[in-house]
Amino acid sequence: MNYLLRRLLQGALLLFGVSFLTFLFSTLAPGNYLDEMRLNPQISSATLAALRSQYQLDRPLPIRYARWMNSIAHGELGYSFAYNSPVAPLVWIRARNTLLLTITATLLAWGLALPLGIWSAESRGRLPDRALSSATATLLVIPDLALGLGLLILTARSGWFATGGLVSVGFENLSPIGKLRDLAMHMALPATALVLSALPILTRHIRAAMGEVLGAPHMRAAAAHGIPRRKLLYKYALRAAANPLIALFGFSVGTLLSGSLLMEIIMSWPGIGPLLLEAILARDLYVVIGGVLFSTVFLVAGNFLADVLLYWADPRIRTMAGAR
Amino acid sequence: MEPLIRAENVVKRYKSGGAFGSRQEVRALAGVTFSILPRTTLAVVGPSGSGKSTLALCLACLEPVSSGQIWFERREVTALDAKQQRALRPSIQMVFQDPANSLNPRMSALELVSEPLNIQNRFDKRERRDRAYDLLQRVGLPREKAAQRSDEFSGGQRQRIAIARALALEPKLLILDEALSALDCSVQAQVANLLIELQASLGLTYLFISHDLAMAAHLADEIAVMERGQIVEMGAAGSVVNMPQHAVTRRLLLAAPGVSNAALEPQAV
Amino acid sequence: MTPLLDVQNLRVSYTARSGQCLTALANVSFALQPGETLGVLGESGSGKSTLAVALLRLLPANGRIERGALHFEGQDLLRTAPRELEKIRGGRLALIFQEPSLALHPAIRVADQIGDVIAAHKSFARRAVREQARQILAAVFPTEAERIADSYPHQLSGGQRARVLIAQAISCGPSLIVADEPTAALDPETQQEILTLFRALRQKFNLSMIWITHNPLLLEGFADRVLILYAGRVVEKGTTSSVLSSPRHPYTQALLRCLPPRIEEGVASHKEYLPAIPGESIVSAAASEGCRCLFEPRCAERMVVCTEREPEMVQLSSTHGASCFKHAG
Repeated sequence: MNYLLRRLLQGALLLFGVSFLTFLFSTLAPGNYLDEMRLNPQISSATLAALRSQYQLDRPLPIRYARWMNSIAHGELGYSFAYNSPVAPLVWIRARNTLLLTITATLLAWGLALPLGIWSAESRGRLPDRALSSATATLLVIPDLALGLGLLILTARSGWFATGGLVSVGFENLSPIGKLRDLAMHMALPATALVLSALPILTRHIRAAMGEVLGAPHMRAAAAHGIPRRKLLYKYALRAAANPLIALFGFSVGTLLSGSLLMEIIMSWPGIGPLLLEAILARDLYVVIGGVLFSTVFLVAGNFLADVLLYWADPRIRTMAGAR
Repeated sequence: MEPLIRAENVVKRYKSGGAFGSRQEVRALAGVTFSILPRTTLAVVGPSGSGKSTLALCLACLEPVSSGQIWFERREVTALDAKQQRALRPSIQMVFQDPANSLNPRMSALELVSEPLNIQNRFDKRERRDRAYDLLQRVGLPREKAAQRSDEFSGGQRQRIAIARALALEPKLLILDEALSALDCSVQAQVANLLIELQASLGLTYLFISHDLAMAAHLADEIAVMERGQIVEMGAAGSVVNMPQHAVTRRLLLAAPGVSNAALEPQAV
Repeated sequence: MTPLLDVQNLRVSYTARSGQCLTALANVSFALQPGETLGVLGESGSGKSTLAVALLRLLPANGRIERGALHFEGQDLLRTAPRELEKIRGGRLALIFQEPSLALHPAIRVADQIGDVIAAHKSFARRAVREQARQILAAVFPTEAERIADSYPHQLSGGQRARVLIAQAISCGPSLIVADEPTAALDPETQQEILTLFRALRQKFNLSMIWITHNPLLLEGFADRVLILYAGRVVEKGTTSSVLSSPRHPYTQALLRCLPPRIEEGVASHKEYLPAIPGESIVSAAASEGCRCLFEPRCAERMVVCTEREPEMVQLSSTHGASCFKHAG
């Protein structure tokens, strides 16, 4: 228990640190939102000065940070200059869209990678393994950008799936099944791109972890006891190979919000990615911080989840921690 | 004669426990006192967990003692600072049980034996190589094999390489921590002979830690029996084996393989 | 009486990564009667571990049984289907590997690991499996069976892990147990405890055993008969007392001579050179197949004929045989 508590505290500390650094860096970056407006001759300097004091941009840094932390505690994430609305609901909607995409993609990727990786490890050196290795190597080499664009071109030419956006116009008028289908059509492309880019890494890791375990003495000993093949593979081998895979899974969860940034922008998926990009370019400070904070929460939560899973799955960690 | 190494009331405590958990203390050594005369062999035997390996690590200055003193050639080792202790390292060398784990499998025999010379920056390159060849020859490994990777050698040969490496810095005391235990019987005889020969020709002193009482009695001048971090019996090899005083010694003698097993058949139910 | 295990002219070879074919065992023949304990004495490279896995047909992918016959309980194991073999392994013929610390799964509780073996061979309900597992543990751990059952392997000492391996082996009531150096990693006291446990179990369950070791002293008073392996060949076989007290093959003689003097004889010789066998053991015989006696380079009594062909087993008495030209003709 102490082990988990310690990890939780570490996570909280991390969040705090990240929020401060984000705040610091974004305010230190030259320029602020109002600089764009200054170029517009129709806005007088008096208006600018008034806006500046309204947004508290003239106060010293620590005070702004303190006020911001205060409002965070109240659930207020600040105000977006560009959208002219509070940050929290803005970020939340986009985050929801991203999560929809990435959770689907992650589940698909793991669902495919596990059997493929296990199969590859089992048939090590033989044809299935070599074929898979070549396939994954090829996928690894193709940059995400090329992958995304390639898929876009394919879809645009063939007209099979949708090439952008979350839903079609007139979504509200569709039946529930129709809505689901529409969503799926739109999600197909970005999800496929994400799965294809994550699959090779996952498969290789699973293959490596399983390969190492399959040759271990305790596996041979279990085989010598006549334990049937299926049980050997899934109960014995997978459990022994779990440690690095759990860490990988935690990482997968951690990048749920941040890993799809590029793909969202390419595929025009209204997620947190495009929002962040626009906000950075427009110096929309609080949106940037809000977005980064959300992503960090997921990262920390993902790591913590991995810790919890590891604690549960590996008795050695449990007893080591308890013995302290 | 002045002992080469002397320990007085050496205590070694290990602490386990972090900031949130309860601290547990383990006394691996609970007050050990002994001395070894130069050019002799002291065998240390005892059940598992009695502290034999901890003793070896403390004597080799690889672990700091919690309390007590150790003298080496009249200098108090425990009173020296880290830098001075490091200067003493070449004089006390260790050979471990499993050569597969203590030797880098990717390095050749020659590289392994010259490594200590490289680290201590002694001699120039050519002299180091010559010395390394010499050492390998001394332990019975021919020159032609010196360039082979260590994982291509057998267990006995690897242990010879480990011994050669330990001799590279011309130590006075060699600590052998179960150095023969992982070897086959016939190979044990070969390496044991090598150790006897090296002791005679180089004037080495040995601390021989072993489970194998028969081999310990064969190689040692004196035997120390340990139990739970203390020496419970110590004396000339012959008298400890022939006239054991302590219960632990008797237990160890009875447990040695080859001692009439017929007496151990279970009674018919 | 039909032997429980009958091995005839077994030949096992491995294909190294370089493509070279190495013979690990050649011309190995022996028979094991029910209730008998056969000791197999061999050093590194003798092929003893290969023998253990070959008997269970568990050779790795690059190994194969080239020729020979292997009959267990009257069944030809070389022609048995893999499914059938799975049932025999652990069920009728159990193998105890060396290194107890590595042979147990690190993340599964002890009781479950034993239960899995039982479940693989008997179609019991889950509760019955657990019951059986606990009973077996109680037979092997007289005092602390409960605690051990719920523990993980890393929480146990070396001796306890060895006992768990034994429990796994006997859990389905096999008729033959093959133990490959089960006590090698243990200190002498624990070794004695495990040997005592084996004695009790084999008497109680009328087990037959093949006990593989490199230490001749462990076989005294424990094994009924002994097989001496060198470089994959059987060089001597016979009753334990006969072979160990009056060995007839030069290798066995040299091996027994180079042991340090026994403790019970008092400390007689001291720091004297032991009569070690010169040279190195052959790791795997490749080129010198059938052309010469493999021990000849290190033999004190070598003759010219030893370089011309391999010796055959010569029966010196009804209970003792050695394959050496000294005794031939």
